[in-house]
Amino acid sequence: MSHFDEAYSAVQAALDAGARYADARIMLRRTESMSARNGDVEDLNSDESAGLGVRALVGSSWGFYAVPDLSDSAARAAGRRAAQIAAASATVPGPPIDLVPAGAGAGSWTSECRIDPLAVPLADKGDLLVRATQAAKDAGADQAEAGYAIWDTRKWFVSSDGHRIDQHVRECGASVTASALGDGEVQRRGWGHQYGTRGWELVEELDLVGNAPRMAEEARALTTAPLCPSGETNLILAGDQLALQIHESVGHAIELDRILGWEAAFAGTSWLDLEKLGSLRYGSELMNITIDPTIPGALGSFGYDDEGTPAGKRDAVRDGIWVGVLAGRDSAAVAGLDYAGSVRSDGWARLPMVRMTNVGLEPGPHSLDEIIAATDDGIYMETNRSWSIDDRRLNFQFGCEIGYEIKNGKRGRMLRNPTYTGIGPRFWQSMDMLSAETVPYGIPNCGKGQPGQVGHTAHSAAPARFSNVRVGVHG
Amino acid sequence: MSIDIARTGAELELAARVIELVRAAAGPAAQAEVMVQHNAEALTRFANSAIHQNVAEATTSVRLRLHLDGRTAGGSTTLTSADGLRALVERTIAAVRVSPADAAWPGLTAPAPLHHSAGYHGSGAHSGLDFGFDEATARATPAERAALVGDFVRAAGGLETAGFCRTVYCSAAFANSAGQSAEGRTAEAAMDGIARLSGSDGVARRAAGRLGDLDGAVLGARAAAKARAGERPVELPPGRYEVVLEPEAVADVLSNLSFFGFNGKTFAQRQSFAELGAEQFDPSVTIVDDPLGSRGEPAAGLPFDVEGTPRESLVLVRDGVTKAVAHDRRSAAEVGAESTGHASGSSRTWGPMATHMRLEAAPAATEPVLPADPGGPTAESARPLVARMERGLLITDFWYTRVLDQKSLVITGLTRNGVWLVEDGEVTAAVSNMRFTQSYPQALGIGAVRGIGSETVLLPDSWSGVRYAAPALHLASWNLTGNASG
Repeated sequence: MSHFDEAYSAVQAALDAGARYADARIMLRRTESMSARNGDVEDLNSDESAGLGVRALVGSSWGFYAVPDLSDSAARAAGRRAAQIAAASATVPGPPIDLVPAGAGAGSWTSECRIDPLAVPLADKGDLLVRATQAAKDAGADQAEAGYAIWDTRKWFVSSDGHRIDQHVRECGASVTASALGDGEVQRRGWGHQYGTRGWELVEELDLVGNAPRMAEEARALTTAPLCPSGETNLILAGDQLALQIHESVGHAIELDRILGWEAAFAGTSWLDLEKLGSLRYGSELMNITIDPTIPGALGSFGYDDEGTPAGKRDAVRDGIWVGVLAGRDSAAVAGLDYAGSVRSDGWARLPMVRMTNVGLEPGPHSLDEIIAATDDGIYMETNRSWSIDDRRLNFQFGCEIGYEIKNGKRGRMLRNPTYTGIGPRFWQSMDMLSAETVPYGIPNCGKGQPGQVGHTAHSAAPARFSNVRVGVHG
Repeated sequence: MSIDIARTGAELELAARVIELVRAAAGPAAQAEVMVQHNAEALTRFANSAIHQNVAEATTSVRLRLHLDGRTAGGSTTLTSADGLRALVERTIAAVRVSPADAAWPGLTAPAPLHHSAGYHGSGAHSGLDFGFDEATARATPAERAALVGDFVRAAGGLETAGFCRTVYCSAAFANSAGQSAEGRTAEAAMDGIARLSGSDGVARRAAGRLGDLDGAVLGARAAAKARAGERPVELPPGRYEVVLEPEAVADVLSNLSFFGFNGKTFAQRQSFAELGAEQFDPSVTIVDDPLGSRGEPAAGLPFDVEGTPRESLVLVRDGVTKAVAHDRRSAAEVGAESTGHASGSSRTWGPMATHMRLEAAPAATEPVLPADPGGPTAESARPLVARMERGLLITDFWYTRVLDQKSLVITGLTRNGVWLVEDGEVTAAVSNMRFTQSYPQALGIGAVRGIGSETVLLPDSWSGVRYAAPALHLASWNLTGNASG
């Protein structure tokens, strides 16, 4: 079944109402999620959503309207409304807007999927979560929670530039978390928290049941572990934590809409200045960051973005120098760039905007074992617990679930409540060892925009070492 | 062009239809609850002093939760045709039949009347107001929102501006197979914007039940005054500072107390600081969840939750003593309490939370009224508190606050949109943004609150459907752990 005709009707109606450009996305999405706690399934939801969103450009002003109705008449009405909203925008106008080319044409893309996650029996999926939480409880957790999420999205995109693209994206992921109550605080360890554009095989590979007891044991041990000391030291981050570091202090910083001030009031701006694109030192020479929505199975992968630009790999940081941004057709034109490709919406009811795709590190020359062996004094931290960064993406503070002392090239005592803080470029310039063991960690909860949108991104990351980092910030 | 207003009763008819479909397909033993919600949200967004994103959507969603043969499953759809509703019912029945047993099913809400004034959906009986749902706000046009944005931009006097103007209309109905049914409507408006000057940002934001109560020019001028007063900031060393938090920052405190503390799920799991009956806050602190509005404020939320439980005001803290946490039926059953009407589509995952928090203002000040200072950095509501501070910081807003430890509610975050040094009751210098790491309950603890403002302002959240009523707050100590240098 195709919905190109309805999308075309919406676009045509917007053009007839005065738009000089219009595009429309029809999306059908099925989602399924289940959660379990302490050996019992707690919640199961199976949701279905269908609708059309149409975007119209009148003069240099945008309008967007969305309806959950896929009839031809509703599509035409939505196109007209989008144009009318754009006309209202023109009463507080901005500078002229153009759109960089987006490789107009027909296309189709389907994500890799070996085991359809929606076809796996619910009883089997429930059994997995029950067994994982029971295993954590049996191993001493005060609370054990597990869950999975599945998204199955089909979309049809039509634009007045001639796009006619359909995509079918299946995503899923799962986690198990064990909590232990300490003296006035809660310690937590989570396993999994991995998501991708893959089938249920991804969840099977996580082995939630097999890893749950270790999570419980570590959470329990953390309740009596010494507090992470305060001071400056060598910091070794596990890949899962470095993924979020990339997300917050690189991914968001290179979003062109932020750099241009389009997100100033809410998400914020960026410390990056376009005049320094191509010359600014972002990090050490080990730092090579790519924007790559073509990575098979990564959560930020697609065939085409939501403006119809085909997926392609691009450098964001090369040998430590900032060389690329995440851009859309309009923001690229404003900035004088010739590429887009990083615009998405989280559903048919939301305006497409600049979003991260897969923004990650290229592998380094070391291994985690080599990094630890080369460190006389430092702290190793794993798995994010909290994250906070300023509105220019400079001043960050992260907390991790677990830490370990590193002494004389060996892993020592477990440390509780490990935190570290710093300033983005100073931190990245201190990266002096980087592992080759990269994994594309999926992040399914990236918030941005007003009304709020929840984006799916991924970040290839591997263990790395940073020097002279301030650790142990406590309340 | 305005938002379409569905005819009264349309959502309740849909809900009843789904209940009938469940009965026909699964028999009378099936326990079903249905929430039908029509949301029309429109948001006009501006940046670089121009409207750059202008969006509207109108969505009807149907949520079904079904308990059958000791098992539970839920589902939702935006497809409200006969086929769409039938598919929802069939899918949910199929899911429930293969679901694991749900031993903790708390049962359905029994029939119970709503706590609202007759004829005014969403208005609280306690409020005594003769208004509630404002149809003009529900029908607001893009041109009306753009006019407010234009006023904001012009009032900023040439400073770069950014922000949004939002109107939301919600019409909803609930029905369950135990005979409970309810319907209600709400409308809300919000404006939130900054003005920028040489790296200094100033903010002004307000929520209202009526778009007509928002004044873009007043807000734009306020944001600009703050931005101008924030130029050439000094950098202060980290340390513990006495602070006056303006209402925007207080809203963040309320938000985190709600999310992690007064949350029935975290409470049941012993991961909340809340201890019922314990003196956990300064005696000057009273916190209420007010979904139905009170004291001259229009109702903000629906008069029932997604389990059909009628909502009313819930006192969370009275005179420093923790009195209650927010519950849905499941978290309430776990601790032997009653639902407080805080079930939501995500409450089983994240826990039930209060979304209309109010920190009670102090009685009107008795000291002499200070002369007006519209061009200064301090919000009117905070000025009496600042005047009493010997040395400390005036903080406008918080940003990106995240919990480091849930039980003690240690939060890290940053200041934003204006910080000033106060000496001998006077603002003496703008200060660059700082990072803090602070336990929120500890900051509001016994003896830690030096004053609460006498004026409450309504503030929007970035997500619609969430609102705060906050006065300014004078605290003895706030742990600033970093500055712009790191």
